[in-house]
Amino acid sequence: MPSLKTLRGRINSVKSTRKITSAMKMVAAAKLRRAQAQAEAARPYAVRMGEMLAALAASEGDNPNASPLLVGNGKSQVHLLLAVTADRGLAGAFNGNISKAIRAEVKALEAQGKTVKIFALGRKGNDSLRRDLKDQIVNTRNFVGKKTIGFAEAEAVAEELVRGFKAGEYDVVSMVFNRFQNIMVQRVTEQALIPAVKPTANDNLRSENGALVEHNYEVEPDDGSLLDRLLPRNLAVQIYSALLENSAGFYASQMTAMDSATRNAGDMIKKLSLSYNRARQANITKELIEIISGAEAV
Amino acid sequence: MTIALEIISPEKLLLTRDVDMVVIPGTDGDIGVLPGHSKLITGLRGGLVDIYEKGAISGRYFVSGGFAEVTESRCAVLADAIIPQEELDAGVAQAAVAEAKAAYDAVDIQDQDAYRNASDRLISAQAMLDSVTPHRGDAV
Repeated sequence: MPSLKTLRGRINSVKSTRKITSAMKMVAAAKLRRAQAQAEAARPYAVRMGEMLAALAASEGDNPNASPLLVGNGKSQVHLLLAVTADRGLAGAFNGNISKAIRAEVKALEAQGKTVKIFALGRKGNDSLRRDLKDQIVNTRNFVGKKTIGFAEAEAVAEELVRGFKAGEYDVVSMVFNRFQNIMVQRVTEQALIPAVKPTANDNLRSENGALVEHNYEVEPDDGSLLDRLLPRNLAVQIYSALLENSAGFYASQMTAMDSATRNAGDMIKKLSLSYNRARQANITKELIEIISGAEAV
Repeated sequence: MTIALEIISPEKLLLTRDVDMVVIPGTDGDIGVLPGHSKLITGLRGGLVDIYEKGAISGRYFVSGGFAEVTESRCAVLADAIIPQEELDAGVAQAAVAEAKAAYDAVDIQDQDAYRNASDRLISAQAMLDSVTPHRGDAV
């Protein structure tokens, strides 16, 4: 039986832990709202860009001379996986899920005899993947110390991807990130970046009434050279929206994790108080018995 | 008859308004868009987007490049950077031109993509400088 003093100490320490977790929960909730608003604001651009791309890609997709960013470079030997994680932890399984998915994907691709390279976007993913996949990580980038993620950051990543692809460092690029479904659910999603997703596979590429956009546009200067400009841009847009979903998902996940930590701390305090009170009561009873038996002996 | 103009940056929807006419800086020259325009997708060079309402310019925005999608009832301008014309600053624009010029001079002409990017950037910076004191379309 621990002494009253140690019990009191433990209760106090759990109480201060609860204060910290509940404060973190509230901070995460506020940041989540901001991250969601940012993700919402970025949507119109992505939707319009998707529509344009669908129109152009549909007409250009069968062209053997089309941009390699759209149809691929004809090889699929070297895969690059872009692992999108948060820069900070204390968010439950949020970052762990990505690492797990990456490891599974690496294993599956290597079983097919492919070479796999990893681009770790976000500090936590890099930290965790570095432990066993150190040699596969070819590039890493994080946004530690940045308050919000701007489009410029996503663009820099996209430029780097295009450069590596054109230099022949990899043939296929896909991205693994947490899609924000709701506050409780972030689903690990894999999305192909290069070659670009075929228009039919993506809901973004459908017009308001759900029909696939048909290409009856006039195009200036021409389909091919416009696509050359549109595709890298679209890559940046996809990465940007993944980063925004990642940040919204991170705060949602942190909020949930901190909420349950706060609740667990409450339970712990209840249990500790119970044994504290029991111990105190036992002490009093013991002292009473001693007094009574002392009095009887006189 | 009006046309629904949307000016969108990657980060947010900047402006959505029904206007009478809008002039956008297409890669092959300025394009005036009236309601009922045929469907068009075009690249944008750096320049001014002019919004016309009741026969006069009611708003001008500098865009640094991007794309535009035009349909019969809608004109969506997807721009990289958008600055209201009155907020343009000659000093900033000159610095941008100098920077772009340096990058352009340094670029390897053999590297087509880099060359295209650098020249696009220089054109866009120059357009920004020119847009500080625009001389076209003033008297409508």
